[in-house]
Amino acid sequence: MISTVPPAFIFIIGGLLVPFIKGKWKSAYMLLIPVVGFINLISIPEGTHWVVRFLEWDLVFGRIDRLSLLFGYIFHLISFIAILYALHVKDDLQHVAGLVYAGSALGVVFAGDLFSFFVFWEMLTVSSIFLIWARRTRAAQGAGFRYLLVHAAGGLCLLAGIVLHVNQTGSIDFGYIGLNGLATYFIFFGFGINCAWPILHPWLTDAYPEATITGTIFMSAFTTKCAVYALARAFPGTESLIWIGALMTGFPIFYAVIENDLRRVLAYSLINQVGFMVCGIGIGTHLAINGAIAHVFNDVLFKALLFMSMGAVMYRTGKINGTALGGLYRTMPLTCIFCMVGAASISAFPLFSGFVSKSMVMDAAAGGHMTGVWFLLLFASAGVFHHAGIKIPFFAFFGHDSGMRPKEAPLNMLLAMGIAAFLCIFIGSFPGPLYSLLPYPVDYVPYTMPHVVGQTQLLFFSALAFSLLLLSGIYPGEQRCINLDSDWFYRKGARVFYYVMDKSFNSLCRVSDRVFVGGLAGYLGRVSRDGPTRAALLALVPAWVIGGATGEKMAVKKANLRTALRTGTSPVGITAAIATIFLVVVFLLL
Amino acid sequence: MEEKGENEKKYLFDNPRNVKILLRSFFSSLVVLLIIEFFVHKHPHFGCEGWLEFYAVYGFVACVALVLAAKYILRPIMKRREDYYD
Repeated sequence: MISTVPPAFIFIIGGLLVPFIKGKWKSAYMLLIPVVGFINLISIPEGTHWVVRFLEWDLVFGRIDRLSLLFGYIFHLISFIAILYALHVKDDLQHVAGLVYAGSALGVVFAGDLFSFFVFWEMLTVSSIFLIWARRTRAAQGAGFRYLLVHAAGGLCLLAGIVLHVNQTGSIDFGYIGLNGLATYFIFFGFGINCAWPILHPWLTDAYPEATITGTIFMSAFTTKCAVYALARAFPGTESLIWIGALMTGFPIFYAVIENDLRRVLAYSLINQVGFMVCGIGIGTHLAINGAIAHVFNDVLFKALLFMSMGAVMYRTGKINGTALGGLYRTMPLTCIFCMVGAASISAFPLFSGFVSKSMVMDAAAGGHMTGVWFLLLFASAGVFHHAGIKIPFFAFFGHDSGMRPKEAPLNMLLAMGIAAFLCIFIGSFPGPLYSLLPYPVDYVPYTMPHVVGQTQLLFFSALAFSLLLLSGIYPGEQRCINLDSDWFYRKGARVFYYVMDKSFNSLCRVSDRVFVGGLAGYLGRVSRDGPTRAALLALVPAWVIGGATGEKMAVKKANLRTALRTGTSPVGITAAIATIFLVVVFLLL
Repeated sequence: MEEKGENEKKYLFDNPRNVKILLRSFFSSLVVLLIIEFFVHKHPHFGCEGWLEFYAVYGFVACVALVLAAKYILRPIMKRREDYYD
């Protein structure tokens, strides 16, 4: 029996030590982390481990069951692939951030209590933001700040829900929650923001394409999948998730068709794929949950593969817009093939991984006679092939010849893509091993004749539509532009907010400055300076008039008095008189 | 990064013949797919799923509708200059 540790700690501590490893050992060390982590993971028996008493609560760092284990496996696997892909990067910041991020994701899926869950959940945001900022461009900086703000808002929403929930139930166990009351809605929306639900989604399409080439691979795997895990754990069978998921599969494909930045196209298709998972969790039957979780496993691989292939293109050419690319199959043939494997997998071609998992969700929807949802999912299946399956490889590797003849991707990138591509085909061809890991027993056969023919027809005729639209010139050409999304509300809204705050508070400041600093303070200064003189004149002038002082003589007396009071050299009698007047005034005022 | 040279070698799809072969095999596979359906025994969940060539028609129509909606509705509403937020 090997003594084991919480899976998250291996990555987090291992990641923080990366900067201290120098030279050629660094690559081996980084690759060893997920390997050691995986050996550790498979040595942990199912059950509850590492319960730590904190104040009066029990924190659980290892709730190991079939649901969390499957996420654990895929997170280890994709970490290995993403690290391999990033080996050429000399920036320690990215390595540390990536590994801590992966560790946080493992912390989330193995947390058995809401407190440690929340801490790891927030660590996801904090660590991943460095993968965006590490790009060190102005756009990345801005996108990173927006990412941070949106996730901070989501985190607060979740925290509010957790506090209310714990207050109501008296327990911090993280298990099935279900929608029943304000607390649970807060938690639900907190998850929803990380899950990129419609309208709450633009942090994803804003930030992922701005992250570093290698950082995006990590990002595509963890944040949304952790949210899917949280929904599967806490809200399976919640009906609203069915429609939320169905909408998620539908709306991004429209954006993806007109988007120019190919990594942003993939970001939209990421939302589309997460939609299938959310929908499956909402349906909540064993088949649907199995399908959703299997799709998580497959999506992590093929989405990473697609991001890796586009990353390789970007690494070699420095460009990622569809308008600037084209014809790269000539000199990047392997990257092109790997990209097409990813494209076939995401499109759910028979023998590729998407086919064996997406169809489970579709069949669950059909089995529940959810006609509208099923049609929407089928539309999204055709649409995803259209933008991720054809558009991505076509505009990057075929299409018009950009004239660029870049070198093939570096060896480490090719190996990482090769492993992911192999797994996409292997799982698609032999789904048995994946099915055996799913939370519930699987009684599902993906390869039936009607299913294979139906799906192939759907995809081939989508391809026909693409070809005909392209040949007829109707297909929307790529344009150098941006497309508004719901982030408009806070990107423009924040400026309106800034303007309103600027105008209202700064005006208040100016008025205050004029009234208090310039006006009142000056007045009080003058009063306290001239007050004694005026009081003395008030008392003495009548006496001088009675004494017969007039004209020049009076003026001299007044001037002497002013000088004496200013320099503090007035006769004792006058000082006493002023003090008396002052006391009388104070007495009258009070 | 290298650029396209004057006398560089011909790649796979630089030869129009290969493009033609590709397109021909694509179109013939479409025909095969349409024919093969007559020999498949279906188990439809919904009535329309059992219709002849349902998936082929749906896939084609869905994609055309998708592209037309994206091009003629979404883009005119949402398109802005690249420096819109700057």
